[in-house]
Amino acid sequence: MNSIVHMPKAIPINSPTVPVEMTGLTQPASKTEPSRWFLFLGRHRESTLIAVLLALIAGTALASPHFLNLQNLRDVLLNVAIISMLTAGMTVVMLMRHIDLSISSTVGITAYAVGSLFVAIPGLPVPVAVLAGVLIGCAAGCINGALVTFGRVPSLVATLSTLYIFRGIDYAWVHGGQINATSLPDSFALLANGDVLGVPVLVLIALAVLTVIGYYLKHYRGGREFYAIGSNPEAANLAGIRVSRRVFKGFVLSGALAGLAGVLWLARFGTVDASTAKGIELQVVAAAVVGSVAITGGVGNVWGATLGALLLGVINLSLVVLKVSPFWQLAIQGALIVLAIATDTLLSRAIARWTMKKRDHGEA
Amino acid sequence: MTTPATPPRLELRHASKRFGEVRALIDASLTLRRGEVHALLGENGAGKSTLVKILAGVHQPDGGELLVDGQPCRFARPSAAIAAGIAVIYQEPTLFPDLSIAENIYMGRQPLDRIGRIRYDVMEQAVEEMLVSLGVQLKAAQLVRGLSIADQQVVEIAKALSLNANVLIMDEPTAALSKPEVERLFAIAERLRDAGVAILFITHRLEEVFRLTQRITIMRDGAAVHFAATSEMDHDSIVAKMVGRDLATYYPKVDVVPGEVALSVNKLTRRGVFKNISFDVRRGEIVALAGLVGAGRSEVARAIFGIDPVDGGEVLVQGKRLQLGKPALAVNAGLALVPEDRRQQGLALDLPIARNASLTVLARLGRHGLISANTERQLAAHWGGKLKLKAHTMDVAAGTLSGGNQQKVVLGKWLATNPHVLIIDEPTRGIDVGAKAEVYQTLTDLVQAGMAVLMISSELPEVLGMADRVLVMCEGRITADIPRSEANEERIMAAALGQAEQPLRRAA
Repeated sequence: MNSIVHMPKAIPINSPTVPVEMTGLTQPASKTEPSRWFLFLGRHRESTLIAVLLALIAGTALASPHFLNLQNLRDVLLNVAIISMLTAGMTVVMLMRHIDLSISSTVGITAYAVGSLFVAIPGLPVPVAVLAGVLIGCAAGCINGALVTFGRVPSLVATLSTLYIFRGIDYAWVHGGQINATSLPDSFALLANGDVLGVPVLVLIALAVLTVIGYYLKHYRGGREFYAIGSNPEAANLAGIRVSRRVFKGFVLSGALAGLAGVLWLARFGTVDASTAKGIELQVVAAAVVGSVAITGGVGNVWGATLGALLLGVINLSLVVLKVSPFWQLAIQGALIVLAIATDTLLSRAIARWTMKKRDHGEA
Repeated sequence: MTTPATPPRLELRHASKRFGEVRALIDASLTLRRGEVHALLGENGAGKSTLVKILAGVHQPDGGELLVDGQPCRFARPSAAIAAGIAVIYQEPTLFPDLSIAENIYMGRQPLDRIGRIRYDVMEQAVEEMLVSLGVQLKAAQLVRGLSIADQQVVEIAKALSLNANVLIMDEPTAALSKPEVERLFAIAERLRDAGVAILFITHRLEEVFRLTQRITIMRDGAAVHFAATSEMDHDSIVAKMVGRDLATYYPKVDVVPGEVALSVNKLTRRGVFKNISFDVRRGEIVALAGLVGAGRSEVARAIFGIDPVDGGEVLVQGKRLQLGKPALAVNAGLALVPEDRRQQGLALDLPIARNASLTVLARLGRHGLISANTERQLAAHWGGKLKLKAHTMDVAAGTLSGGNQQKVVLGKWLATNPHVLIIDEPTRGIDVGAKAEVYQTLTDLVQAGMAVLMISSELPEVLGMADRVLVMCEGRITADIPRSEANEERIMAAALGQAEQPLRRAA
């Protein structure tokens, strides 16, 4: 009895990420002044992202007085809200050293399916519609998960196939038609366009979803298993983790989030046809990569990925405000992704070299 | 002494296991009792690691029986073995580099609070205490990436300890440890043994067997061939049982008068990996590069061949300076490298033998830029015949061959380039005894024909049996250069542990 009352003492949230010096067995760390800086950057990519984001905002604001206003802030947040939920799902999948390219098709088909549901049953309660969307996403995730775990198809190939299959089904079903905002109940549109104390509901939903996933990844066994599997699949198996089962769940989670994103997409834009959300899967991968989620698995978190999505969103807006030709925008985005990955690689190489050097000195 | 009434903690009877064409285990038996340290001995490839993986639930045996406390059972997956109280420390650490030490130790068993959240504070405190009791300066929250092999081994041990296992299997835990680290490990093992834990200890260092263990099981060619109390055995009788044949004919070493210098390495340095490596290899000479795993031997070979970058030093082949960093130039200069991991680095497993054998000489085989399959087959058949390759046709995928035959394909591929210098990394790892003898014969034939051979090997009998000269590396430096006549196990081991040089350096 007593112990149960005592139990939920606050857990120090930051304790596992506290930077600790890399002590070798043989000697204590001494001359580490310039290298500390490296290590800090290496462990805290989020802070670099925030710095870059702030610099970008400040730079654009100086260059154009039209940049800093509430409407722009609202636009960016609304745009990023949906992407960030997809990025969270992608983070989970990428942590396991997998990838899920099918999400854009899942978003598209869910948006259309839920829209059709409203057309068929005009009085459908909003929570039921949301639930239906999530379930459709789960089904899509199950197919991906089954292909990857039972079928042993590499996730790149499996989800590339389902990207086309889901989109193909969408095309065949929609058959040139579309869903219009007029078929949707007003209460449903509020899901995306309503405000609570001036904050868009969509943003609040995204924040809630990201918080839950972020917390789960950090504080629950299941969450840590995603990291373990991506960090060393063989060791994960030896540690007794049911790897296939966990990978399957990861894909279902990614699918469920894509389903939710599909419902919110419908709520936000009202008009949905067969090509809805086409191509966003690569934006999502890009956001995760920029947000320092390692494509090789085991490293990254939801907040970094969200910052990545936010950064790409702000860059898009900046390019528009600065009147950069839209033809260049894609190229600039691509260059930024290369930059992000190059920085990551150079940083980790520098850390590795520094560690080596230190060991070498210790032995000399 | 345990009374016969209590069943052994763990018993394996007549287990067998095959992987495709390779029979890894034929008839393996083992009895582990409470409160004993039991040595499992055998040459590389004798099936020890397969046996360990069966006990760990990684592999399921094709035949035979497994009994825990006298009850038959079957481990379908590693978690079943863990649940039965069996902890394994593998030869190579199996850790998550991106996670903290504490998480590595408690993965899948983290302490939870009432609503299922991980208690990081409890977990890290427990690990902190464990690390202190093991006497190491590591922090529970530290990432595993960047730890030395010895420190990673310590994390593995802590993991096994935290399981409260009553069977502890250690697969060559001392291979990468220094003397004080080994002593520390032994102290822990003895403490656990006295607490009633059954320990299975695999090692290649026989002095450790006499120091620590009570009973011995010896394996050869996939079968358990001898069971005895440690006190009944001595060094020579163990080696005889392990090898199972006359040592003199096993290593067909002939004396060759060395010719001119074929490979000369001068002050080769790669920061943090190896430093000031200098040696010569003459024609007709086999020079062995011995040392512990992780001493930097393979890295030196890779640097000479131009795969890894270097920070200083030079390499001369046949007296001519070799531009480092470009493997193609190394091949042109007459170097050949048979790598340690032939499945990853030596072969294209899905390609047929003929295509593999021709990979190094495609430029020479081509006519007007086209390569005829017939020429490739002839080439493969030529070298296959010389090396006694056992394959029905040259068109089967290399991956389907046994380890020994795969090694012959890799050898043939490189011999087709007519090299002056052959660098061969762990020439007999994972191949059976018969094929080993053939590889040794091939090496002997090659040096008789005037080739210079640099052989990296972790197997002391092989080093002593085949080498004209033994270079020993320890922590990135060459610590000894011992001629054949003076080489023995003790001297090589001492140099490999860095003791000859500075006896007290590590004694902390």
